[in-house]
Amino acid sequence: MANTETMILNMGPQHPSTHGVLRIILELDGEVVVKATPDIGFLHRGLEKLAESKTYHQCIPLTDRLDYVAGMSNNLAYVLAVEKLLGVEVPPRAQAIRVLLSELQRIASHLFWLGTHAHDLGAMTPLFYALRERDEILFLFERVCGSRLTPSYFRVGGLAQDLPDGFEEACRRFIQTFPAHVDEYETLLTRNKIWMRRTQGVGAISGEEAVQWGLSGPILRASNVNWDIRRAFPYSGYENYQFIVPTGKNGDVYDRYIVRLMEMRQSNEIVRQVLDRLPAGEIRIQDPKVVFPSKVRIQESIEALIHHFHIASEGFPVPKGEVYASIESPKGELGFYLISDGSGKPRRFRVRPPSFINLSALPTMVQGKLVADVVAIIGSIDIVLAEVDR
Amino acid sequence: MKLEGIVSKLKERYPQAIVEATTFREESTLGLRTEDLLEVCRYLRDDPELSFHFLTDLCGVDRYPAEPRFEVVYHLCSLKTKERLRLKVFLPEASPALPSVFSVWKAADWLEREAYDMFGIAFTGHPDLRRILLTPDWEGHPLRKDYPLRG
Repeated sequence: MANTETMILNMGPQHPSTHGVLRIILELDGEVVVKATPDIGFLHRGLEKLAESKTYHQCIPLTDRLDYVAGMSNNLAYVLAVEKLLGVEVPPRAQAIRVLLSELQRIASHLFWLGTHAHDLGAMTPLFYALRERDEILFLFERVCGSRLTPSYFRVGGLAQDLPDGFEEACRRFIQTFPAHVDEYETLLTRNKIWMRRTQGVGAISGEEAVQWGLSGPILRASNVNWDIRRAFPYSGYENYQFIVPTGKNGDVYDRYIVRLMEMRQSNEIVRQVLDRLPAGEIRIQDPKVVFPSKVRIQESIEALIHHFHIASEGFPVPKGEVYASIESPKGELGFYLISDGSGKPRRFRVRPPSFINLSALPTMVQGKLVADVVAIIGSIDIVLAEVDR
Repeated sequence: MKLEGIVSKLKERYPQAIVEATTFREESTLGLRTEDLLEVCRYLRDDPELSFHFLTDLCGVDRYPAEPRFEVVYHLCSLKTKERLRLKVFLPEASPALPSVFSVWKAADWLEREAYDMFGIAFTGHPDLRRILLTPDWEGHPLRKDYPLRG
């Protein structure tokens, strides 16, 4: 027998298919992966440390920059945690708008994932189609908050401002045409022989193992575990909407693709329901110690001016204690664990990062597979390095 | 099984292990003795009525200047009963160390490495305890309160 040695191949941190600055040290026996060791931290910015020196309100833009493909979701998870600490619930209109924007954000995130994942495997057309629809969603976000990727639109206690005129019409136009676009993507990939050969049976993980590794989101559901935070621990009024939580059977790359595609369709449905029953009313709680008074009132009332000053400079005080609040973000369970010492700044600002935890199962999934499969599997996890590294 | 049921079941089985029990905003937090951590975690996972198979999160906390200085916080979840539970252990400033729960939940692998990287807390029995976000030659543990913001 010839004596063979394994070869060490470095993948990344600069690589077109690692979806960011991810480095993986591959130990190969020919083309088969014997061991894969991810090396992360290239995008570590010390977000958790930075947050300790900011008021709760000032932390909101930090959260935009976690999973930058799903800004609205990050904002939501964070403000829900602070609201839980304060023990407040926002008015129904604010809740509905939060759901609407979070589901549009889910579609946008999945579209970006679809385009880049397909592109990694050689299918270049879906990228152009997917980004075209995603752009429409980003235009909707721009109407609402002025920004496409870093919304910072949700506030502790509600929203920054109400939906602008023309938003509901534009949103309805989008959801009218979107399902046909998903059909388009499906004609390119779902029954495509090359796609199926490259994704079916690749990178499978059992439901039990997925739970052991703490996986969440589409990757967990593709492994036949019916777990969605929107159903398990409903927030922001999700219990009022009808939607299916899709699950897969085999937990392979193909099933993850199917699950995300179906989730896009379901999100479209949720947006339709929200628009049909959008309640009128306030978009912020009426607590001047927590929520900025309107600009008009600040000019007229000295108390409003004082409240504004206090909130802006030292931050609103939050009761002493700790909470954990999480949402079903497009990547999985995104949670915030906040410890308050009674002051206006968080004592501990911990992000429960779905991309980080999902990525930790990568070595298990690629073991014994081909190098080409590594690309498919990384793409199927759907990671954003900013969330992995923070 | 309701939250109070879980807590009383645990108190019955491991009365010495629990050093504090609090509830805030309908979340239950149990402080455990470090030496009982591993066994309690295994029990929480394997008991069919508890079924905490999912380790949602594991992180460190620096309570400086309070004593004991460090905490390691575990967030558990049961997919079966839809219950959540928070566990804590308290560690002294000098050589903070505790058993790794990797043998209970594989999710602890990278989470414990991050707590080590950011706080310098050692997890005994961890298969590969080394820094994960920072470079291997980094000095200091940034999330400690005496580490400057500039680093």
